[in-house]
Amino acid sequence: MRWQIPLLIVFLGGLFMAVQYFVPLEASERVYEYALDWIIIVGVFAMGLGLWSMFRVSVAKIQTKAPAWGFNIITLAGLFIMILLGLFSGIEEGKPFMSLFWYIYTPIQATMFALLAFYVASAAYRAFRARTLVATILLLTAVVIMLRLIPLGSISGFNQTVASWILTVPNMAAKRAIAMGIGLGGIATALKVILGIERSYMGKD
Amino acid sequence: MKNKFVIRNKVLPIFLLLFSFFLFGLHTSSAQEMGIPVAAPISSAEAPAPPMNVVAKDAPNDNGHAIMVTWKLSADDGAGKNSVIAYEILRSDNPDAGFEVRGLVAAGTKQYQDKGSREREDKNYFPGQKNFYYKVRVKSDGTFSESEVSAPASAYGQWFHTGKTSIFIATVVFTFFVVMFINWARKGRKLYVRPISGIDAVDEAIGRATEMGRPILYILGLGSAGDLGTIASLTILNRVAKKTAEYQTPLLVPVADAVVLTVAQEAVKAGYYEAGRPEGYKEDSVFFVTSMQFAYVSHVNGLMLREKTATNIYMGVFYAESLLLAETGNVAGSIQISGTDQVAQIPFFVAATDYTLIGEELYAASAYLGKEPVLLGAIKAQDWGKILIMISLILGTLAASFHLDFIVNLFRIKL
Repeated sequence: MRWQIPLLIVFLGGLFMAVQYFVPLEASERVYEYALDWIIIVGVFAMGLGLWSMFRVSVAKIQTKAPAWGFNIITLAGLFIMILLGLFSGIEEGKPFMSLFWYIYTPIQATMFALLAFYVASAAYRAFRARTLVATILLLTAVVIMLRLIPLGSISGFNQTVASWILTVPNMAAKRAIAMGIGLGGIATALKVILGIERSYMGKD
Repeated sequence: MKNKFVIRNKVLPIFLLLFSFFLFGLHTSSAQEMGIPVAAPISSAEAPAPPMNVVAKDAPNDNGHAIMVTWKLSADDGAGKNSVIAYEILRSDNPDAGFEVRGLVAAGTKQYQDKGSREREDKNYFPGQKNFYYKVRVKSDGTFSESEVSAPASAYGQWFHTGKTSIFIATVVFTFFVVMFINWARKGRKLYVRPISGIDAVDEAIGRATEMGRPILYILGLGSAGDLGTIASLTILNRVAKKTAEYQTPLLVPVADAVVLTVAQEAVKAGYYEAGRPEGYKEDSVFFVTSMQFAYVSHVNGLMLREKTATNIYMGVFYAESLLLAETGNVAGSIQISGTDQVAQIPFFVAATDYTLIGEELYAASAYLGKEPVLLGAIKAQDWGKILIMISLILGTLAASFHLDFIVNLFRIKL
């Protein structure tokens, strides 16, 4: 029973989700929304487990003075400061909680995102080295695509036409082929889970 | 001086009147020369002809809170006096009184879907299974006329969305393939599935980490437990955990979703049990970091550089963080294997990691790694599904080229 009941829940839940896609009845919509609400509720409870996991791992690193354990102090301090500020001074705009969010967290996040530009450059440098025929084709294609954003006088029109063809024909064909494969793989994976063939997510005692 | 001024004052309006006539004539003649139809000037009291044949019936493929209204255009819409501006759709539950405006559409439109909310407290609540009467009011400049009242109609929900018939058939056929090949595999029939280099590299990468005595980092991405990419990644994690347990190599799994955390812990634990080394499992090897995208990236990047992970495996749902993670791993000198079902992130992984599982290969990976014949059956079904799609594409292209609409319509999806 320990295995059968969870498998039955997965089977019925998966079957319902598949069937409801084809049934537009109001009852079907309502049960679907009810199921989505449950996902949110489970997520909220799971957040407690997540925070406990983070707390335990951070404390263990501080106790053992693992490499860079100082960062764990900052992590825990950040966690408790935000919780306390949220609880006792509110989370409205203008309160310390939101000020910390807007003036510390958001700029740090923007900085991380901005690093992407440099990483794109370094990854492109490696990817576009013309070592083989295929890499050379990739390089030439990339040059055409990048130059379409730059005014090049009389050859701009031609370059735009070629770039547009690359994007809408071979590129689109490849993307759609990948998307179709993903669709099939997704259904196969879902079936394996629904039918109980794939059950590694259930763990062991 | 005074007389002169009076004359000027009379001349000005006459001049303006003549000038406006001249401009109007010029506009009309030039428009006629250009072939643009010019609306005949009409009296504002002259109402356009009413719309005819107003029919109301239940809207198809919906939840039972909409009615489709159709009508025949007014004789003055685009013809006759050519004076129609718009149509107003009116509804009442009494054929003789109480009509209220439900919508407005432009001239030339012949249908309107009266769609409402299913919530009783909503202002736009539309009760289902109740008779309603409709009429259509045609509006002209300052005047209007109304159609006859339609026959009563009620809104009902449907049991099957006919616009999704082709999806339904494709799903049934593919499900049949999956079940059939899994049954074949169960009966011991040997199934050939093509090798995927990225999956072969997983064993090699785990071996390398073992030799170097460094940990393996497994990233599940930012997807939730409901994403298929994450589910596929969790099954791969189970296989990777089994191998790391066999080799006694440390495994680190930082997670960005609390629900995924609990499932990932179970998947890793199961891997250690399957390898016969339950004592090797450490609960803290799978840990929650944060659900915030770039905060997660900064933690994982720091982890890679501090721990000098020998192998980084990225499997699951990734967004902008894909390149930030993979480039840092590259700087750290780790062997990197990636796989995602996010098409936009695949080029970044191809550029920055050593092996990439593209799209569906992510879903196939767990079966390959487990080498379980039953799971390989699903991969075989995927290959057959692709053959069917290729046949459909060729058939659809030929049908569209030769205007065989009945074949094209078989593939059409109306959501």
